[in-house]
Amino acid sequence: MIALAHRSHPLWLAYLVHRLSGLGLALFLPVHFYMLAMVLTDPEGFDSFGLWTQNPLVKMAEFGLVFLLAAHFFGGLRLLALEMLPWSGRQKTLAAATVAGAFLVAATFLLRAI
Amino acid sequence: MLDGPQTLSVSIWRGTGTTGAFQSFEVPRQGSQTVLDVVSWIQQNLDPTLTYRYACRVGMCGSCAMMVNGVPRWTCRTHVNKVDQGGALTIGPLRNLPVIKDLAADMDPFFEKWVKAEGLFHPARTRHEEVARVDPASEARRTADRAIECINCSVCYAACDTVAGNPDYLGPAALNRAWSVVNDERDAGRAEVLAAVSVSGGCHNCHSQGSCTRHCPNELSPLDSIAGLKRETARSFWRKGR
Ligand code: HEM
Ligand code: SF4
Ligand code: SF4
Ligand code: FES
Repeated sequence: MIALAHRSHPLWLAYLVHRLSGLGLALFLPVHFYMLAMVLTDPEGFDSFGLWTQNPLVKMAEFGLVFLLAAHFFGGLRLLALEMLPWSGRQKTLAAATVAGAFLVAATFLLRAI
Repeated sequence: MLDGPQTLSVSIWRGTGTTGAFQSFEVPRQGSQTVLDVVSWIQQNLDPTLTYRYACRVGMCGSCAMMVNGVPRWTCRTHVNKVDQGGALTIGPLRNLPVIKDLAADMDPFFEKWVKAEGLFHPARTRHEEVARVDPASEARRTADRAIECINCSVCYAACDTVAGNPDYLGPAALNRAWSVVNDERDAGRAEVLAAVSVSGGCHNCHSQGSCTRHCPNELSPLDSIAGLKRETARSFWRKGR
C-alpha cells in the first residue's frame, strides 16, 4: 500500500476517524430532527417509529451513532487541546488519560443508575 | 556478507513534467548503503541521463529529498536496510511539487510560499546600532529554538495531505518558519506575519494530521508551530490586531 505509506500513523488515523464521524453525524442529524418534529406533527407516526426502534438491528445502529458522537466529541476536544493549549506532549497525554479515566468511571455509574 | 538479498530491485520514476513511468534497475547491495548511494550508482553505472539533486550528502543542505517506498525522506541519510521491502525500492520525485525531470522536483512553489507566509526577517535596527541581545533562556527564544533547524528539504510539504488537497495552502515548512519569526524578539514584523498566515490557505487550514511532524528528518514539529500560530492569530484577533 505505497499510496498510504506516509499516512500510517496515529494522528492521521485520528483525523480520518474525525472526518468520517463528522460526516456520519451530519447525515444523521436531519433525520434526528425530523423524528423529533414528528412528536408535534404526527404523534401516531412517532409511536410506530418507537416500536421500530425496539428492533435489535436498529439498536445496533443506535450504538453506532452514540459511538460516532463519542468519537467525534472526544476527537474534537483532542484537537482543541492539541491546538489551543501550549502544553508539552507529556502533559497532554496525562490530561487525555485523566479525562478518559473520568469518563469510564462516570459511564459505569450511569449504566448502573439506568 | 550482508543478510538478505544481494541485489536491490529498484524502480525509479523517469519522465519530464506530468508524463513518465517507472523504470527498473538492479543494483548491488552494499553495507551502510544509503538511498542516495543507490540513485548515484545507477546514474554512474547504468544510465548517465538520470536526473536527481543533492549537494552535501550529510543532511544539511536539504536538496536530496525523494519519495522512497511512498514516504518522503532525505535520501542521503536514509539507509537502504531501514526502508527496503525485501530488497525492493520504489523511488520517485517529491510529492505535491511539479516535476522538472526524473527525481528532480521543482521547488519554486515551496519557496514562494515561504515568502508569502512572511517567513523572513523584518529588521528593527540598522547596522549602525548595537546588536540586539536575546536571552537564550527566555521563553520566546526557547520556543523559536524548537522550530529553527529547518533545512528546507520539503519532506513535510510532500507528506501533507492538506497541501495535496489545496494548492493555496502555505504548508508546514513556511508556517513553521513564520512561527520562529513570530518568536524572534528582534523581529519588527510580527503583525505582518500574523496577517500573512491568517489568510485563506494559512495556518487555520491545517487539520492537525501531523504527517509533517511524523516525517520531518530533523525532528522539528511543524504541527506544534502551526498550533502556536493558530493560538497567536486567535489572540491577536480578540485584541483587534494588537
Ligand atoms: C453533532 C454534530 C456535529 C457534526 C455534524 C460535526 C461535523 C464535523 C465535520 C464534518 C467536520 C470536518 C472534519 C474535518 O475537517 O476533517 C468537523 C470538524 C470538527 N468538529 Fe465537529 N461535528 C459535530 C459536533 C462536534 C462537537 C460536539 C465538537 C466538539 C467537541 C466538534 C468539534 C470539531 C472540531 C474541533 C473540528 C475541526 C477538525 C479539523 O480541523 O479537522 N464537532 N465536525
Ligand atoms: S499538521 Fe497541518 S501542516 Fe502538518 S501535515 Fe497535517 S495538515 Fe499538513
Ligand atoms: S520542517 Fe523539517 S521536513 Fe519540513 S522542510 Fe524543514 S527540515 Fe524539512
Ligand atoms: S544531500 Fe544535503 S541533505 Fe541530503
